[in-house]
Amino acid sequence: MLYFSKLRILFITFFTVLLILIASSNIFKFDDSFFDKKINLGLDLQGGSYLLLEIDNEPVIEQKLQNLTTTIRNYFKEKNIKINNIQIESQNIFFNVADKDKQSVIDVFQDENSDLNPYYPRFKSHQLKIEDTGLNLKVNFSRQGLITLKTSSQDQAIEIVRRRVDEVGTNEPNILKRGNNRILVELPGLDDPMRIKALLGKTANLTFRFVTNDENDRFGIENLKFENGLEEARVSKRIIISGENLLDAQPKMDAQTNQTIVSFTLDRVGAKRFGKATSTGIGKQLAIVLDGKIISAPVVQDTIASGSGQISGGFTFQSATDLALLLRSGALPAPLEIIEERTVGPDLGQDSINAGMIALAIGFLLVIIFMFVKYKIFGVITNVTLIINLFILLGILTLFEATLTLPGIAGIILTVGMAVDANVLIFERIKEELKDEKNNILAFDGGYTKSRTAILDANITTLLAAVILFFMGSGPVKGFAVTLGVGIFTTLFSVYFIARLFTSIYVSRNKDKEKLI
Amino acid sequence: MISFNKYYNHFNLLSSVLIVVSLLLLIFKGLNFGIDFKGGTLIELRSTDTKINVSSLRDKFNQMDLGDVSVKKFGNDTDFLVKFENKDNKKNIIEEIKKNLDNSFGNNYDFRRVENVGPKVSAELLKSGVIAISLSLALMLIYIWIRFEWQFSLGAILALFHDVIVTLGVFSLFSLEINLSIIAAVLTIVGYSMNDTVVIFDRVRENLRKYSDIKIFELTNISINETLSRTIITSATTLLALLAIYLFGGEILKGFSLAMILGVVFGTYSSIYIANTVLVRLRVSQKTVLREDDLK
Repeated sequence: MLYFSKLRILFITFFTVLLILIASSNIFKFDDSFFDKKINLGLDLQGGSYLLLEIDNEPVIEQKLQNLTTTIRNYFKEKNIKINNIQIESQNIFFNVADKDKQSVIDVFQDENSDLNPYYPRFKSHQLKIEDTGLNLKVNFSRQGLITLKTSSQDQAIEIVRRRVDEVGTNEPNILKRGNNRILVELPGLDDPMRIKALLGKTANLTFRFVTNDENDRFGIENLKFENGLEEARVSKRIIISGENLLDAQPKMDAQTNQTIVSFTLDRVGAKRFGKATSTGIGKQLAIVLDGKIISAPVVQDTIASGSGQISGGFTFQSATDLALLLRSGALPAPLEIIEERTVGPDLGQDSINAGMIALAIGFLLVIIFMFVKYKIFGVITNVTLIINLFILLGILTLFEATLTLPGIAGIILTVGMAVDANVLIFERIKEELKDEKNNILAFDGGYTKSRTAILDANITTLLAAVILFFMGSGPVKGFAVTLGVGIFTTLFSVYFIARLFTSIYVSRNKDKEKLI
Repeated sequence: MISFNKYYNHFNLLSSVLIVVSLLLLIFKGLNFGIDFKGGTLIELRSTDTKINVSSLRDKFNQMDLGDVSVKKFGNDTDFLVKFENKDNKKNIIEEIKKNLDNSFGNNYDFRRVENVGPKVSAELLKSGVIAISLSLALMLIYIWIRFEWQFSLGAILALFHDVIVTLGVFSLFSLEINLSIIAAVLTIVGYSMNDTVVIFDRVRENLRKYSDIKIFELTNISINETLSRTIITSATTLLALLAIYLFGGEILKGFSLAMILGVVFGTYSSIYIANTVLVRLRVSQKTVLREDDLK
């Protein structure tokens, strides 16, 4: 156990020096093109905001089912099957057909080539399920159908969220999917997430619709409140143009009225529709509706064929900027709710770094003094190994660009405390061996060999705990699992290669000395 | 040699009492769950004005109709920790609070940390915390089962349960807050306690092979003594490191390091006085334990 070949010594030295160099790149600036990896600081250390958003898919499902009722009715009308009493109740469509038609309707839904009910060969499942309840037929989304729907609304939502966050211009945001209905947004360095929260909380569904009193409107009418919550207007459900038709939106100052406005440009389809609607609707009120509330309802003065226009509505410059941003980035497919928020101010982050570093330094010092007092020269070997171990640990964290959190620092300190364990196990074992064995080399060899299973078992159990923590834990706690887990490997490496190398050199030079340890 | 085995019965009794008391505390008093597991909002606030103190803050927050509000000093005199239920999960609650505080205190305070955990997330976090701890106990059981014989597994697992339950019992007794980092601490305790037990068990097994004529009662005592200096040194250095975190690592790590300190103390104790006594009570001997190939 004490023999090291030249090649092995070379390899250990090379590996150790390399990792120490990598670790020190966090402190000294190297040329970026040469080596640009760094340990990331977690949000709890550098300050920032963590937001977990959940997509509320209910309205999307409702809307899809609503559309589906029309599709079903029309589809079977062509086949001369009459659909009766079609209605939606808690995400199910119920309808009646004549008994003789029942089976053919069910067959249409269950046909793999059905153009009404898409079939996913990959999942061996249709989008929709049909069931004969006896009283009527029940149609709803299958499990796979729901998953597909959720995934697609998540894909759309994450795109919109990304655009909105990018527009605000925070540095290096991290936007990730979580499950099939959640989005995680990490915003480093953001002290006050209020604006982003407000922006993400809005669906930004914009429509232009005429105010009308015609009860016989083909599309139906609805009562909508104004933004101030006081007045109401009756608005047609017919959408002239919507947010999708916008090419651009910008906050501007209206030179005539001195008001802040949002000016917009429409795409070709939108411009054409807008032109036609304004030409036939001169004198009518055109309501600009955002998320079910009327921003303003100006009277159409003239045909607007240029494809651009403006929205006024008593904006401040900030609110106009935000509205323009929302319109540019597009509407969310479904409302988002912030279900978890953690924000740390940058000065608290700095305080945590300082506290963590002080604790690390003091913990380190205490352990080093203790080991020196207890083991003298072998204490020195352990201590040097501990220091190298710390650098190797930091080097590996750098290499993987791991995220260091406050609990992560605690994990490093704990590693320092527990790293001595393996050395202690070995040294104590050597002491025992020396009681019966006078030959130093043999005693040291025996100490290393006989302590191996205990060391391995002990480290594997801690590693198991760290692995579970890594997969089950979230955020900062994950950082703890990482440093604890990586720390186990670096500890074993430094004990079995570095400390053993030092020990072997020392022992071979003093092999005839008594009471070596 | 210290006769640890003289006190096996005494300490078994003590541990049984500790476990029963802890369980009673956990059942009847329960744990003080933080917002991670209960849901709600937490604000860490730093003031630059002496007018802002615990009672003035409590008055202000109580006026805002936020449900249960708790206001505590956090570390030094200028820092406060405010927690409330946020029952209706109001959306713009932080903005509203800021506005309200601005009115009374002006600009003399600063939110250093804001955490808001919805009821759905907190329920999930609690569930995954419980799963994580159960899973780690199960994995430890399996691991030690593979490495040792069932008598050893039982001893190690009983020691683990003891450590986890008694640590949680202390948290219940003093109403210390259970949050995500405490779960991390408990898992580390599980690892550490196991680590400690394994080292002694490893020696017990080795001695079982060596001495066929020594009864397990004596044999455990010999093994404990042989590994004692290692047990003391490792516990000592780990405790030194943890003490450094507790004293200098800032308020946020206080609960975590306290749980770890308790866990290391209980873990060291239980490796000696629970894990080993299980072997004694199961009358483990060379014959019952060692497989044939082990004896060759």
